[in-house]
Amino acid sequence: MQSPGDREGAAESGPEPPVSRAYLDSSSTEPLHPAARETLLAALDRGYADPRRLHHEGRDARLLLDNARAVVADCLGVRPREVGFTASGTDAVHRGLLGLTTDPDSSGIVHSAVEHSSVLHAVQWRDSPAHGRIPVDTLGRVDPYAVEQAAWADGVGAIAVQTANQEVGTLQPVDDIDPPPTVALFVDAAAAAGRVPLPRRWDVLAASAHKWGGPAGVGVLAVRGGSWSTPFPGEHDGLDAPGFANVPGALASAAALQAVLAEQEAVADRQFRQVERIRRALAALPDTEVLGDPVDRLPHLVTFSCLYVSGDELVTGLDRRGFAVASGSACTASTLEPSHVLAAMGALTHGNVRVSVSRDTTEDEVDRLCAAITEVVTEVRRSVGL
Amino acid sequence: MSARIEVDCRDQPCPRPIIELAKAFGELPVGGEVAVVARDPAARYDVPAWCRMRGQEYVGEGVTDTGDPLYVVRRTS
Repeated sequence: MQSPGDREGAAESGPEPPVSRAYLDSSSTEPLHPAARETLLAALDRGYADPRRLHHEGRDARLLLDNARAVVADCLGVRPREVGFTASGTDAVHRGLLGLTTDPDSSGIVHSAVEHSSVLHAVQWRDSPAHGRIPVDTLGRVDPYAVEQAAWADGVGAIAVQTANQEVGTLQPVDDIDPPPTVALFVDAAAAAGRVPLPRRWDVLAASAHKWGGPAGVGVLAVRGGSWSTPFPGEHDGLDAPGFANVPGALASAAALQAVLAEQEAVADRQFRQVERIRRALAALPDTEVLGDPVDRLPHLVTFSCLYVSGDELVTGLDRRGFAVASGSACTASTLEPSHVLAAMGALTHGNVRVSVSRDTTEDEVDRLCAAITEVVTEVRRSVGL
Repeated sequence: MSARIEVDCRDQPCPRPIIELAKAFGELPVGGEVAVVARDPAARYDVPAWCRMRGQEYVGEGVTDTGDPLYVVRRTS
């Protein structure tokens, strides 16, 4: 075993730690909400048993799971039996969308060009000549009428449109889509759940708990309409994904959702203004595009692209100054392909950064971030002679 | 005949092709063209985006004799 002295020695040889850190990547994952932490720790001790068993411990775990389901259902405005827990948000999207398109005569999916990769992967997986990809405008918004029109084509079984875009924050006009009577509306609410009011019109909805401050490994699948049936093998208990139930995770996710909804308006209002401030500072930076809708957007995130700078230089430069941010540029992706969202918008794909503030981001952090971005961009441009 | 400069960024990753485009542009008279040869997939989106941001004309995409993609920009101001 290492002594504390050894660890100190190791730390000294590593890079100099910055004075303070600001986590500004809450769109990738929100830190665990205090309400979720408390519930998770209690439920780990109490909710370990198999909720399918008839003994006392099993019944206790079942009670916690039912409680989690009731809370999530209440938060989404649906009935408890319309809510299932899955292994992740991606799993919820796959089950949700593939479960609406099991009939080979109506397995086509009409979707926006800027859906999350989990939606695009489900579309690729479902072999159908009737799929339709609907372009977006320069703000990243899909035209609801174009979606609707495409959905009347033969062989279409489902429409898939996100509540808000995960990369640029633009809200999508889901409530303006009027699907043909035999076509189900699937909504990916992962980027928006807990942050803005959700659309009213949908048949199947997917979300991911770690995006709102719950633990990782919990997705939510809500089914209230359409002809949905499970697309995957396994024994099914309602809408829950098969396999051993993650009772503590589900309960902590429900507690986090309830807590973020209680504070949603106040947090969203503060975050909206912080992001507006960042957007203004970025607009003053030469050769920089601030992306997404400036008003009808998620409150907590802003994406921008800078000419002559690579995304990884920006991410590492800001990281060295204490800021954790994400990038959609090709050089930061495993595929070396630029973000399909930026490409579909016709936006500049290099020099791209996504900043997403947390519920405890301070005004001082916002000020320091704006100064740091200007510094890093200027430094990199100078190094290439521009 | 108007001037045309070819910039070879065949094996360079993004944003190098755009940096070289901007540098070549400085020597170009109004009406002249720059052709950027780039295999990097981001160039397909970033050359038109550069034109939009800098107020120049994106002429279009072509292919070189060696089969590499080429993106042409015309100086309008």
